[in-house]
Amino acid sequence: MNSITLTIDGKLISAPGDQTILEAARENDIHIPTLCNLEGISAVGACRVCLVEVSGSNRLAPSCLTKVAEGMQVQTATDRLREYRKMIVELLFAERNHICSVCVANGNCELQDLAVTVGMDHVRYEYQYPSCSVDVTHKEFGVDHNRCILCTRCVRVCDEVEGAHTWDVSGRGMQSRVITDLNQPWGTATSCTSCGKCVQACPTGALFRQGSTVAEMKKDRELLDFLMTAREKKQWIG
Amino acid sequence: MELAELKELADKEKAEQKPIRIRCCTAAGCLSSNSQAVQQALTDAVTTAGLADRVEVLPVGCMRLCCEGPLVQVDPDGAMYGKVDPGQAASIVGTLQGGQTEARVIDTNMPFFRDQVSIVLENSGRINPERIEDYLSVGGYQALLHVLREMTPNQVVETMTRSGLRGRGGAGYPTGVKWGLIAKQPATQKFVICNADEGDPGAFMDRSVLESDPHRVLEGMAIAAYAIGASQGFVYVRGEYPLAIHRLEIALRQARKMGVLGTQIFESPFNFRIDIRIGAGAFVCGEETALIGSIEGKRGTPRPRPPYPTESGLWQAPTLINNVETLANVAPIITRGAEWYASIGTAKSKGTKVFALAGKVRNTGLVEVPMGITLRKIVEEMGGGSPGGSIKAVQTGGPSGGCIPASALDTPVDYESLTALGSIMGSGGMIVMDDATKMVDVAKFFMEFCMDESCGKCVPCRAGTVQMYRLLARIVEGEATAADVAQLEALCDLVRNTSLCGLGQSAPNPVLSTLRYFREEYNALLQPAPPAPPPSNQRIPLPVARG
Repeated sequence: MNSITLTIDGKLISAPGDQTILEAARENDIHIPTLCNLEGISAVGACRVCLVEVSGSNRLAPSCLTKVAEGMQVQTATDRLREYRKMIVELLFAERNHICSVCVANGNCELQDLAVTVGMDHVRYEYQYPSCSVDVTHKEFGVDHNRCILCTRCVRVCDEVEGAHTWDVSGRGMQSRVITDLNQPWGTATSCTSCGKCVQACPTGALFRQGSTVAEMKKDRELLDFLMTAREKKQWIG
Repeated sequence: MELAELKELADKEKAEQKPIRIRCCTAAGCLSSNSQAVQQALTDAVTTAGLADRVEVLPVGCMRLCCEGPLVQVDPDGAMYGKVDPGQAASIVGTLQGGQTEARVIDTNMPFFRDQVSIVLENSGRINPERIEDYLSVGGYQALLHVLREMTPNQVVETMTRSGLRGRGGAGYPTGVKWGLIAKQPATQKFVICNADEGDPGAFMDRSVLESDPHRVLEGMAIAAYAIGASQGFVYVRGEYPLAIHRLEIALRQARKMGVLGTQIFESPFNFRIDIRIGAGAFVCGEETALIGSIEGKRGTPRPRPPYPTESGLWQAPTLINNVETLANVAPIITRGAEWYASIGTAKSKGTKVFALAGKVRNTGLVEVPMGITLRKIVEEMGGGSPGGSIKAVQTGGPSGGCIPASALDTPVDYESLTALGSIMGSGGMIVMDDATKMVDVAKFFMEFCMDESCGKCVPCRAGTVQMYRLLARIVEGEATAADVAQLEALCDLVRNTSLCGLGQSAPNPVLSTLRYFREEYNALLQPAPPAPPPSNQRIPLPVARG
């Protein structure tokens, strides 16, 4: 793949032509916030916080999916983008019952971190307080729909890395929920291999290891990395 | 089969027709007002009167003036009757023997009929949609035969490009250009999809076309398949249209039997198979990438474009997706030529457009009009104006469109003009609103629709439409302040610019267009602003981010 040159936030950089804007930015220490994106699984462009402005296009582009191009001029943090990101994070906080103070992921939560990054100090929108269930029928893990942001990382990691496709999404719009197998309790989902990848992939406290209490659910992304690459690197042996 | 044989079949069919034909509408609108009983009563009355040897009663598709259904028309003199009751059948048949009828006579010279230009609907209401022979009698499948015998795929694409036909699904992408993009792809497997997932509230054009003239759409698909090099097609039709599905199934069976679809069509090397896929009630599946997902058996959610389906669509193969009405325009363009088609309409919008006229207007139903006609002519002359008062606004484009105020009714109907007014051409829904309509309620209605129909994949559409709906509900209930309207506008801007697919990107349009033209109606519902709270520098600290 040929190298191409582009500017991101005024900085001239070179990148392999098959890279996305997000990958090129990260390699050059330019921080673009993300939420649904997770290295190692496919990108879906659903959270819309990684949107960037590309000169010559009147549409905002999801940096996780948009490939770099020769001469491309990208702006990652204009006032407009900052405001949009803040609004999107506020919409997420208003959508479900994100009560950080009693959340297993408090202090280890990507949504919480993102709120700080975008400078969210309060939520301007009406809280929806939906009625959400907690499912702890699985012997090791639990799912708390109050904390779910529907990023579908669990769905993708289960399908693409573990190959089980235990997770999927049911319903639509604000009624959407992540489900296991045919919308049944996780403990009865026979396709689940209990590998725990979904728990490690989850950005919030929605998926957790049972027995963890407030602020104890640290996500071990190195474990996820190991699970993804161990076979290629022959780390399972010895 | 050669053209001469096809023409012979058509002539034979015409020769077998009886001199007097009573056509009775059996499309969904008239069926729901008992037209099946009317058709039976007419058939019985013909037999009783002893006229069966020279009079036939035939079930046909939509005759357009839906508000007067069930509709009956008598050929050859063209007398039309509306709101026909089965009890009136005998007297209608009696008119053929010089009698009088108490049935309601419809003036077929009124502007509603007179100003229509029929291309898409030319067979609608004239032929029996459940008989392929009827379609053959009006020249059906001759365009396909001509294309297979006389034209190269490139010539077909070039003809479509010259005709100036643009996508009738709403966005108005040039059809010939789209076909050309796919024809140039080297892939061996390509697909044609007919998008019949018509979901806009108030729109029923595609349903009527499928119920009234299904073969026209199938012929358009086959010509498209030949042009782009596809051998498999799908009609993606919503499950809420059982009659359209039923008639499509009949049409497909008859077309296969006759050899106009399937393998070696008209003894040429061209193969084309069409299957029906039925939608399960999600509006978003009308969006092309979600539609593809649905056909693949996946959850119907859009994915970001590019890659466009023209490059990577159904099962990653180049895929042509055209709307029902677009495909219904194909055969006449081939038969009568690109120049003929391009002579109708405006500089940038060619041909005709079918609108489903509904709402507070005297004549509701289908109108097919040349592009460039003014909205005023459609709603005031053809539609007969509003029965209850004066027209306040016209809504086009459904939940993705906007409300055009009465002051802009002299705007010509074409893609660019409607977009400039903050609405869109859309698929053809046209809802007329009178003085009694509250525009904030209209915006709230469409926002509720978008909120319910959001697939839930991207955050701005899923969560933003909910917040916009709540703000609109507060405004309607008189609980909102000017700050709420400002927040509503900010959300409109966010959802429009950051949503993943067209559903979210256009969801704010009804709000934005009503704010643009009817802001005083919003203001009239607002509470006075509360006194400003005392300034405070105290903010609750958030947990500190790690790392």
